[in-house]
Amino acid sequence: MRVVVASGKGGTGKTTVAVNLALSLPECTLVDCDVEEPNCALFLPTNLEKIENVVARIPKFDLSKCTYCGQCADFCQFNAIAVIKSKNLLFYENLCHGCGGCELICPTGAISEGVRKIGEIHHGITDHIDLFVGKIDVGEPMATPVIKRIKSIALKESNKPMIFDSPPGVACPAIETMRGADFCILVSEPTPFGLHDLKLAVGVTRRLRIPCGVVVNREGIGDDRIDRYCAIERIPILMKIKESREIAELYSNGIPFTNKFLGYRQMFLNLYKSIEKMISDSRRADRS
Amino acid sequence: MKEITIISGKGGTGKTTITAAFASLAKNTVMADCDVDAPDLHIILDPRVRQRFPFYGMKVAMKDEAKCTQCGECRKHCRFDAIDEHFNIIDDVCEGCGVCQLVCREKAIRLLDRISGSIIVSETRFGPFVHGELRIAEEASGKLVTLVRKKAREVALEKGRDLIIIDGPPGIGCPAIAAISGSNLVLAVTEPTVSGAHDLERVLNLTNHFGVETVVCINKSSINPDNTNKIREFCESKGLEVVGEIPYDNCATKAMVAGMTLIEFTDCPIAKEIKNMWSKIQNRLKIED
Repeated sequence: MRVVVASGKGGTGKTTVAVNLALSLPECTLVDCDVEEPNCALFLPTNLEKIENVVARIPKFDLSKCTYCGQCADFCQFNAIAVIKSKNLLFYENLCHGCGGCELICPTGAISEGVRKIGEIHHGITDHIDLFVGKIDVGEPMATPVIKRIKSIALKESNKPMIFDSPPGVACPAIETMRGADFCILVSEPTPFGLHDLKLAVGVTRRLRIPCGVVVNREGIGDDRIDRYCAIERIPILMKIKESREIAELYSNGIPFTNKFLGYRQMFLNLYKSIEKMISDSRRADRS
Repeated sequence: MKEITIISGKGGTGKTTITAAFASLAKNTVMADCDVDAPDLHIILDPRVRQRFPFYGMKVAMKDEAKCTQCGECRKHCRFDAIDEHFNIIDDVCEGCGVCQLVCREKAIRLLDRISGSIIVSETRFGPFVHGELRIAEEASGKLVTLVRKKAREVALEKGRDLIIIDGPPGIGCPAIAAISGSNLVLAVTEPTVSGAHDLERVLNLTNHFGVETVVCINKSSINPDNTNKIREFCESKGLEVVGEIPYDNCATKAMVAGMTLIEFTDCPIAKEIKNMWSKIQNRLKIED
């Protein structure tokens, strides 16, 4: 089963939920897809080992064959190539999406395929969690290729239950993380910001046709607006985590709160089982 | 005209709360929300919308079924897996690169502009406000950030305002880069947590990479005094000024639930600390009160 932990907004507790859920299961694979700011490993006793460089395909220019006709620059939708008629060609590799169109269009065969490094995949093991972490290189704008790569590595290597920690937001990186998941846990806070961003995240799961449920974090700081919204939209509230300075302090020291409050482990395990049941029920309903 | 951008490596560190508080302290400014993925500043600023402009993000490939012979060239060449086994284009995945159009022998594919969201100009009780709305599952958020900033500059010029306060996105990717490049000052908000410190380093590498002057605010500083010390020492070693340390207090959330800025809501210690921080930033930016 593939479960993604997401939320429209950052800082709602995605990593907290992902890590504590992982710790509460007998065994699982945890995939940190927040490649801009991967944090899962900070909460787990594991040494990460780099297993792969993530590379992006970029064009390689053989200027001895180039006639500076400018067709590659005209074609490029991302403005990654500029050709100056006085025989100069500029390539902005950060803008390149690696579509390969310039290579196809070049009439003189001056463009071939090259690669450049954009990120890294790391791996670590604790007693019962297999952890994969993606990291984008600083200054690289595109996270999605690193997320695609880490997903494909994790899916190839593991047949345990899989938990994906999503990046915040509802744009490309979050959507790439959610794509293909069996279920999406949306972490939210009972505040106006929390509800606003939850609505966006629910919109994404509906568009991708992934069933979802909500974990309310910091229960007690705001009001009951999340409950009211979920009741109207028929979205199950899977669990609530109380607002607690102690949990915030544990978090600040990199300690998963289920290490201290063991009762929450059973709650996370129950949460996971209820998700399993929801998925199998909906599959049965689909078949009949 | 000056621009200050408030960012954080990690989401939920209090960027928007601080930005909104600045809005009620600053004079003669334009506010811009560049967290286009999850824009929240409008919830506090309560804008009256004046203008709305369509945002054309990336292009999207469209296929003319009548001309398609299902030869499969498009699928073979698409590097984004945006064409499925029945040779349909998957809009969500299409990056609009145009390779399918290029290789299609039947000229069955065209690239079209797609409306990916809007840019909205409003009036608020603190002055003009520009924000972006990205449609769900749309990409090109970096491009939208750039356009929101451009529109904010236009509004500032038009209305004779000399400062733009930008609520930035979390992370260090495309939207964050677009939100800080060319800004006069970045305020990096962090928390004294292991993840906060980790993300601050990555964010500072980014502002350094783009050569933008940066100051730091440690939010919820009292939650872990040891880590607060460590961050303070780390900043000192890098020659960065810590302009504010805001203690942990629920009144920030209460103000948000009430739809007010902290400055409007209360005169508690954290509101005072933010006022203090704002005057340090004014000094840095050399702007008048």
